Amino acid sequence: MKEPINFLLAGVGGQGTILASDVLVNVGLAVGFQAKQAEVHGMSQRGGSVTSHVRWGKFVYSPLIGAGEVDVLLAFEKLEALRCINAMRPDALALINMQEIEPLTAISGDQTYPSDDALRKIFAQFSSKVEYINGEEIAGSLGNLKVANVVLLGALSALLERGGQAGVGISPEVWLKVITERVPAKHVELNRKAFQAGREAGRISQE
Amino acid sequence: MIKMLSGNEAVARGMWEAGVAVASAYPGTPSTEILENYALFPNVYAEWAPNEKVAVDVAIGAAYAGRRGMAVMKHVGLNVAADSFMYASMTGQEGGLVIVTADDPAMHSSQNEQDNRTFAKFGRVPCLEPSDSQEAKDMVGTAFELSERFDTPVLLRLTTRICHSASAVNLGERTVTTMEPKPFPRNPAKYVMVPGNAVMRHPIIEQRIRDIAAYAETFPYNRVEPGSRKLGIITCGVAYQYAREVFPKASILRLGMTWPLPEKKIRKFAKSVDRLIVIEELDPFIEEAVRLMGISVEGKSIFPITGEFDPRVVRESSIKSGLLPQSAHVPLLDLETGPLPGRPPVLCSGCPHRPTFYILNKLKVPVNGDIGCYTLALVPPLSAIHTCGCMGAGIGVAHGAAKAGSPEHHVAVIGDSTFFHTGIPALVNVVYNCSPVTTIILDNRITGMTGHQDNPGTGRTLLGQETVRVELEPLVRALGVRHVQSVAGYDVKAIEKALKEYIKLGEPSVLIVVEPCALLPDVRKLWMPLEVLAEKCNGCTLCFRIGCPAILKSEELDEKTQRPKALIDASMCTGCEVCAQICPRDAIPFRPVKVEAGES
Repeated sequence: MKEPINFLLAGVGGQGTILASDVLVNVGLAVGFQAKQAEVHGMSQRGGSVTSHVRWGKFVYSPLIGAGEVDVLLAFEKLEALRCINAMRPDALALINMQEIEPLTAISGDQTYPSDDALRKIFAQFSSKVEYINGEEIAGSLGNLKVANVVLLGALSALLERGGQAGVGISPEVWLKVITERVPAKHVELNRKAFQAGREAGRISQE
Repeated sequence: MIKMLSGNEAVARGMWEAGVAVASAYPGTPSTEILENYALFPNVYAEWAPNEKVAVDVAIGAAYAGRRGMAVMKHVGLNVAADSFMYASMTGQEGGLVIVTADDPAMHSSQNEQDNRTFAKFGRVPCLEPSDSQEAKDMVGTAFELSERFDTPVLLRLTTRICHSASAVNLGERTVTTMEPKPFPRNPAKYVMVPGNAVMRHPIIEQRIRDIAAYAETFPYNRVEPGSRKLGIITCGVAYQYAREVFPKASILRLGMTWPLPEKKIRKFAKSVDRLIVIEELDPFIEEAVRLMGISVEGKSIFPITGEFDPRVVRESSIKSGLLPQSAHVPLLDLETGPLPGRPPVLCSGCPHRPTFYILNKLKVPVNGDIGCYTLALVPPLSAIHTCGCMGAGIGVAHGAAKAGSPEHHVAVIGDSTFFHTGIPALVNVVYNCSPVTTIILDNRITGMTGHQDNPGTGRTLLGQETVRVELEPLVRALGVRHVQSVAGYDVKAIEKALKEYIKLGEPSVLIVVEPCALLPDVRKLWMPLEVLAEKCNGCTLCFRIGCPAILKSEELDEKTQRPKALIDASMCTGCEVCAQICPRDAIPFRPVKVEAGES
């Protein structure tokens, strides 16, 4: 595998990106990497864009990833996926949650939310490894929309297992252990199911 | 045991290991989580002070009493606390005294990006700078040892990227168990800074900083990492990580103490390399000091003086100046996405500040704002904040403008926590020097912007204990304001009526707008989304003018106006009923049953 692996997580405040990046950095640590994570919050909890950087490697110095060096994008929202596009390396892996959270600038302003077609076209321009997933739908079928972030992690775990630049196989048990340590006891089973459902979705999308 | 910790969590852990007796802070991004995490340890004392100056005095008091005291703040907090910081340097203390400043390069959530290392130099105080979470933890203990050994306050300088990055930390034991209080010192020559005593103290602190400079030569966190002699890099803080990553072969002098500097070590390092550069964020602080030593050095001629670094900034700046070959360039995809709608932070759906700004916008008065969530009312469609400089500034600015003969009636807007912070003296001034300023205190029962911290108005301390609640209305009356009233935050008509009356007055007035933040857990329980009756809505767009993110444009157009009807996003709507109050066609029904916060 290429190392360090640079993960960029992007979403909107309140979508659970912080838990997801906490899980991701700890999975890296659990499998023996040096791992670092950096997040920008502050004003982002007021509905702004949230990004988080996670890096795994033999040696990791900078907690931030320089633009143009992202190997894996985990986007929680379509517009935020597009916003990150120029941070990616050519042929980077991208997992995009097809949720649409319209910003105020599009609701009451004159700006337009980009179409799904435009999104798919632009990602296809630089990578053959782009996967789209409907995390809300899967989470909804489990009865709790809030676990969409864990669904995405499940899908990511499956996608990472395939070869290529960012290929790294990690046992689902490692992921599940890290996740279980971070969610309230009464939600452990739900999160386990969400992770598995995400893995399933991640596997199917590759076929 | 190894644990992944953010820099802030690591500092909290370091405080616990070092046996801090008293920790005081005012919340401020990126420093807030330090005390929040420290307060979770067993048997510790930590508090939110009303402002950073009080926090530093509190830490000084603990240190005078012979125990370890710590004050924590964001960079601009040290401006507020500067007076106390400076006298603490003059007196020294009995126990250790550490002041944490969390600087914010790139201004992720700040009004400026000042480099607080300058305060260390200014105050003759040593400054320590960690480069990751492990060092952030370990340097707390080191800072206290340094403080006690040299009888000096120590500035522990973090930056956003240290505070909010996580890396693995090897946890230590609690080495210093809390010391018993010593008899309070009766040593006026040292602790009473009247001129006669201060004159004697000044040479002592000048000698102290020279002694610390000598110690800096062997300070373990000032270390040389030998490499190629072609390029030598002096660096500190998180910039060290970028230097290591971009220049894996260079010789590096990593400074863990950035004031005072180890001159001999720097000279020796400079001699050992052909070209010497400094990689530091913000000011050329080290660079200028090295140049003053008569050493040839480059820094800000290569790297930016503004903003935050990352590997790309360091790499591309280096390529431009010939330090790295063109082949090091990392190309960007440079794909054209077309214009993407921005996602600026906005007042949340159900924010109790919204009606006030809707009315202020309607009244078209100049509004002198302050620091808090409500500053977000500057953006359209509310557009009702016209100045915002720092904590507590708005009331004074409004008074000054009024005294200068500004032809309009000035309104100052300030949050409850900010009012306790530095708003009170400014309001005293409005009363004392009598200006017709209307002050609106937006009392949302919490410190909102930094993520819900308690304050003197909430009736609860950082450690979760019930306490006296400072009541705003009696306090404001006691200051001598004759026109005071409290209104509910969602009562659009009451706010409009009160403000229309107050802006005609020729003397000071205060409107207290009380409504708990919609995101507080107890308030969330009462959320009840509203809906738009499409058959009644005619697309008049009035409800869009309150800028609520829960009100969307429907795809359905009104037949007559051909304008989109309103639609409420049920997942975001809290049921605050502000839109229902302003809808001229009763197209948004009120909640079936009115429930007040606190009763469920």
